[in-house]
Amino acid sequence: MNCPLYIRSVPTQGELKFHYTVHTSLDVVEEKISGVGKALADQRELYLGLLYPTEDYKVYGYVTNSKVKFVIVVDSSNTSLRDNEIRSMFRKLHNSFTDVMCNPFYNPGDPIQSKAFDSIVSTMMVQAC
Amino acid sequence: MEPHEEKPIIYTMENKPIVTSLYGSLTQQLPREPMEWRRTYGRAPKMIYLEANFVQFKEELLPKEGNKALLTFPFLHVYWTDCCDSEVYKASVKEDMQRWQAALRLHGSVDWIIAVVESDNKKKNKTNLLPRTSIVDKIRSDFCNKQSDRCVSLCEPLKESSRSQESWSSFLTKLRTLLLMSFTRNLGRFEDDMRTLREKRTEPGWSFCDYFMVQEELAFVFEMLQQFEDALVQYDELDALFTQYVLNFGAGDGANWLGSFCQPVRSWNGLLLRRPIDMEKRDLIQRGEASLLDLRSYLFSRQCTLLIFLQRPWEVTARALELLHNCVQELRLLEVCVREREFRHVCEACVNKKLKEALSSVEAFEKHYLELSHAAMEMYRAIGRLRSARLVGKSLAEFYMRKGDPQSAENFLLDSLKSYVSESWGLPLTHTRKQIAECQKRLQKMDEYLQTSALLASDTNLSDDERRHFCQEILTFATQTAEGKGQQKDARVALSMSSFTRLQELRFRPSSALVHVSAALQLELRLCSLMPVPVTLEQISASIHFTQEQPGSTAQKRAAQNPDGTVTFPAASPASGSASALELCEILEHSSSDNALSSAGVACRNMHLLMRRHDSSTSLDTPNTAPAVAMEDAAQMLRASDVTLLPGNNSIVFTAPSQKPGTYTLRQLCATLGRVQFILPHLYPVVQYEVYSQEPQLSIQPLTEHLLAGLPQQVKFTILTGHYSVKKGDALQLSNTDSMPVLHSSTCSARILSSSAELLAESALSIQSSEKVTSISLPVTPPYHTLEFLLEVLCHIPSCPARMESERLTNGQISRRSRTRFNSGMTLIDQKVSVDCPWSIYSTLVSLTFHVPFTIKHSLLSAGRRKFIQVCLRNVSDTNFRLTNQTLTENQHSPSLELCSLNTKTHSLVFRQQCVFSVWELRWSGVLPVSVHCEFSAAFAPADAPDAALKPYRYDFTLERVSTLYSVRAEIRPAEGEQQCCTGSLCRLEVSLTRLSEASDSDEEYSETDGLRSSRLLYEVMDNSSNWAVCGKSSGVVSMPVAAMATHKVHMEVMPLFAGHLLVPSIRVFKYQPRLTSPVIQPDTDSCLENDSLSLEDQAETASLRSRGSVQSLGSGESAQPRGPMPKRQAFGPGQVFSGTQGQQVLVLPAADLHLMEVNVT
Repeated sequence: MNCPLYIRSVPTQGELKFHYTVHTSLDVVEEKISGVGKALADQRELYLGLLYPTEDYKVYGYVTNSKVKFVIVVDSSNTSLRDNEIRSMFRKLHNSFTDVMCNPFYNPGDPIQSKAFDSIVSTMMVQAC
Repeated sequence: MEPHEEKPIIYTMENKPIVTSLYGSLTQQLPREPMEWRRTYGRAPKMIYLEANFVQFKEELLPKEGNKALLTFPFLHVYWTDCCDSEVYKASVKEDMQRWQAALRLHGSVDWIIAVVESDNKKKNKTNLLPRTSIVDKIRSDFCNKQSDRCVSLCEPLKESSRSQESWSSFLTKLRTLLLMSFTRNLGRFEDDMRTLREKRTEPGWSFCDYFMVQEELAFVFEMLQQFEDALVQYDELDALFTQYVLNFGAGDGANWLGSFCQPVRSWNGLLLRRPIDMEKRDLIQRGEASLLDLRSYLFSRQCTLLIFLQRPWEVTARALELLHNCVQELRLLEVCVREREFRHVCEACVNKKLKEALSSVEAFEKHYLELSHAAMEMYRAIGRLRSARLVGKSLAEFYMRKGDPQSAENFLLDSLKSYVSESWGLPLTHTRKQIAECQKRLQKMDEYLQTSALLASDTNLSDDERRHFCQEILTFATQTAEGKGQQKDARVALSMSSFTRLQELRFRPSSALVHVSAALQLELRLCSLMPVPVTLEQISASIHFTQEQPGSTAQKRAAQNPDGTVTFPAASPASGSASALELCEILEHSSSDNALSSAGVACRNMHLLMRRHDSSTSLDTPNTAPAVAMEDAAQMLRASDVTLLPGNNSIVFTAPSQKPGTYTLRQLCATLGRVQFILPHLYPVVQYEVYSQEPQLSIQPLTEHLLAGLPQQVKFTILTGHYSVKKGDALQLSNTDSMPVLHSSTCSARILSSSAELLAESALSIQSSEKVTSISLPVTPPYHTLEFLLEVLCHIPSCPARMESERLTNGQISRRSRTRFNSGMTLIDQKVSVDCPWSIYSTLVSLTFHVPFTIKHSLLSAGRRKFIQVCLRNVSDTNFRLTNQTLTENQHSPSLELCSLNTKTHSLVFRQQCVFSVWELRWSGVLPVSVHCEFSAAFAPADAPDAALKPYRYDFTLERVSTLYSVRAEIRPAEGEQQCCTGSLCRLEVSLTRLSEASDSDEEYSETDGLRSSRLLYEVMDNSSNWAVCGKSSGVVSMPVAAMATHKVHMEVMPLFAGHLLVPSIRVFKYQPRLTSPVIQPDTDSCLENDSLSLEDQAETASLRSRGSVQSLGSGESAQPRGPMPKRQAFGPGQVFSGTQGQQVLVLPAADLHLMEVNVT
């Protein structure tokens, strides 16, 4: 639980900072997952929305039914990525992740080393930049 | 909810002060009941409570054309009148109303109502006047040509009467309806206008500020109507519209009107959450002079006000944070410059006293910073955001480190490290650990620092240079002499091995990990060095725990060891802290007595890890755990000195001690590097090896499945030397037996095998045989080796199968050395071999079982007086044999006897499971002896070995009562006068019994009657095939005279039951001993015999099995027992009675059909 399966950041020089950011955002993800008084219809919603904004970045969260968490951090100045775009990015990630899990040679809990997953992430990062 | 000052305006026109008294109750009662407000544009209808302010009508107050203000918009006009006199009406009121109407029309206002107030006192005064209704009617006809509902009469509104109540409430309803209609119409028109204006936003000259004012007007109206949700929507739309413009501007699509927002920031008052409308900012916006921050602040303050009205204060904080971040972005997008000077202005303008104070001095700033940080951490902890709290703690630690206070920083760092370790976040982990290393170095915590350095030196997230640096730190420390550090008494520093190397595999050689005492056992340890540079260790050692357990009892403990002798150490998975898989193993327990399986099960070996509470802190690789690592003292050690570990995979070979038998368990691993020791406190999985001690053993086994008797057979001697070492001159002493001699040849050689079944040497055996002992000199063999050799032995077939022999053994023991058994048609010989071994004072007794390959049977055949002996030899083994020299000899060499072979072949093959028959004729002259002793002998050899020596086979047997005494003939003849036998007709059966030779010995019983010796015979007609029906008696007793050729004939009548060639019934003859002592011939014995036939039969059979002696005693006891036994019959021996007509057939014709058929003719 909560150990990183896959982390990628572009550009790589500020990687450490993003690791800290994503790790800290798990607090909010857990808070949202365990959120009480959530309506039943809401529980089917996997997208958690904006976790918290910082001055420079926006952190979005998504959680699968098996409580695997996805976090996307984008530059705040990137205005082309609205809620809908982020939502579809998460859906793509989730689909690709499902493919990874379907691989019988993948051991759940191991870091993801799938080329297909890599390329999906790469295309999304190109799109985001 | 707070009362709101703003209310929709209702303009009133009245000419009598009485009406003004009504306003109070009207304003009160109007909002009492809700109205349903149906909305345009598909918006959901909602219930609304209407309020109003009543304002005196003045024409100049009416909105001018083009005035967009909605707040001051007259939504309804009321004309009040209490006129009930038509004259007065005509004279003044009507005119006034017309003027009022004209003014309304002029301003396009269609929302009006005329209220006629009636009062009782007026009615009383003017009873003669026209009914009041007529005034209302008049007004209706004058003003409301189609809308009669625009004129309402109010009946004594200040009275409590039901009539007045009713008219009052209907007036209120009317008022509400009209007011709502007016809202709908006027707001709808306003919204349409507003939309049109918004559509024009791409046109040049369009101003956001103007539009802002218009839409805000709508928001004000909604707010006035207490529709805060709708009001908020207006502001949110404005917000979104503005945001979009800024974004477009950032994308290069600039609008002119944005210019004003790009002006530099001069001051900012901070956010105002709730306040009356900030008219100052609103004016700036209206004038188009507002800055970005002005607009944002104003917009936000309005949104906050509405949110608070909506009782959603939490949204205020969320939006505030969003706004602040957003503003920063927008300022950047609009390229607004915020210069330092101005920043100071901003700060100065700040109302936050604390901030001012904080900025006043370094100390104050520090104080506030710490206060805020601690407050934030506490808050985060309280709401369960531990990671955030630790991140704040970490930045606090960085602050302390910069301030030169590593003491305070350490705990914050260790705390945040914990969460990165438990959740395996590599980069933050490495980064934090590096900070910890720095901190520990400054604190001079050498043990911890070295442990952290070891972890960092093995951390692949670091660059090679950094890793080398940390590795060098350890190496430098290790080579330093302890004297340099006065305060450290204990020169050695123990570090955890897991950061230094990773164990991969341990391999035992030999792979069984089970060796005998002082045998060589090697352990190869494969490990992966995590250090970036080669490290030369002075020593690497493993402590051993020794237990004197019996080998084998620990078999299940060693389940982790693979069959190929390797133990694989589980790789530390990154997620090992959270979820490790179940490690299941099979457990089989054998009972100690007979090694039978007593229980089987499955056990989980790492249950202690899995069942542990997960929140309790796991033992992490934090430096805190390092001091707990200590090397325990062990008596025995595995040691390897001067080992250089290269980065990556290494292999170290240890030689394991094996001096004492027992179980050796590896406990700890320790690598020594100068003053530094890397220690692995527990080896897991358990690594064990066993040393055993074994007694020497001798076993003798047949080479083939069965050992055959009578032929040379090879047996294999196997000696497991165990702890005994075979010295020169040691020999095995086999005591010889006659029944199984040892055949030794000079080519005999012994093989020496090591404990791993490797052939080491082959040497010739010297075998010496004396009369009693065969001595086999053994070659020199070290302990725990195997000595093997083959020896040929021959087990003689005893000539008489049933004979048992007991012999005197050489060592004086009386023992049955060989025993013959019969088992499923085979004859087995158990042969015991007694061996004296050099390692024991006792003899070893080994049993070998030999199979006799043959079974043999003989039979006596007769033809009249001539006698033949047939021998049947059956091969019961699975080998084919050659058989020659079959001879039959008479043992007593009686000259009168002669055995003539009728066999034509001298050589024959006996295939497995097949028989060979041979026949001899017995000829004699004179009197034949009562018993003839014969010996059959033959020579045999395996058929597939042509040059194998022939081995003898002998068989002794005795024939008794060989000579033929009587000849029996049976003859069937048709009845008198008949030619042939027919079915159903009686035939004659003539049985003739003839004594062939004069009775000479005591073979028979004789009775003397009137001086005539005779023997009694019982004859019996036996027809097993039920072809014949015997008429009358089928048996009888006759007396045969002793003279030779005496014949006795018996006639009987029989009837054939079938036609065809029928076998003549056979006649059986027995010796007969009468029951009575008186030797009187009873002619009528038959009846007696008939009755006693059953008992006769039984006794005859038992008698026939008994020896002759017993029969004699029976006879001799006759006089002693006057009542005597029952009559007895006794069978003759084979060949004593010869049946001459056995197998003869008689033709029987079917009977002629003599049945008559009666025919009646009428």
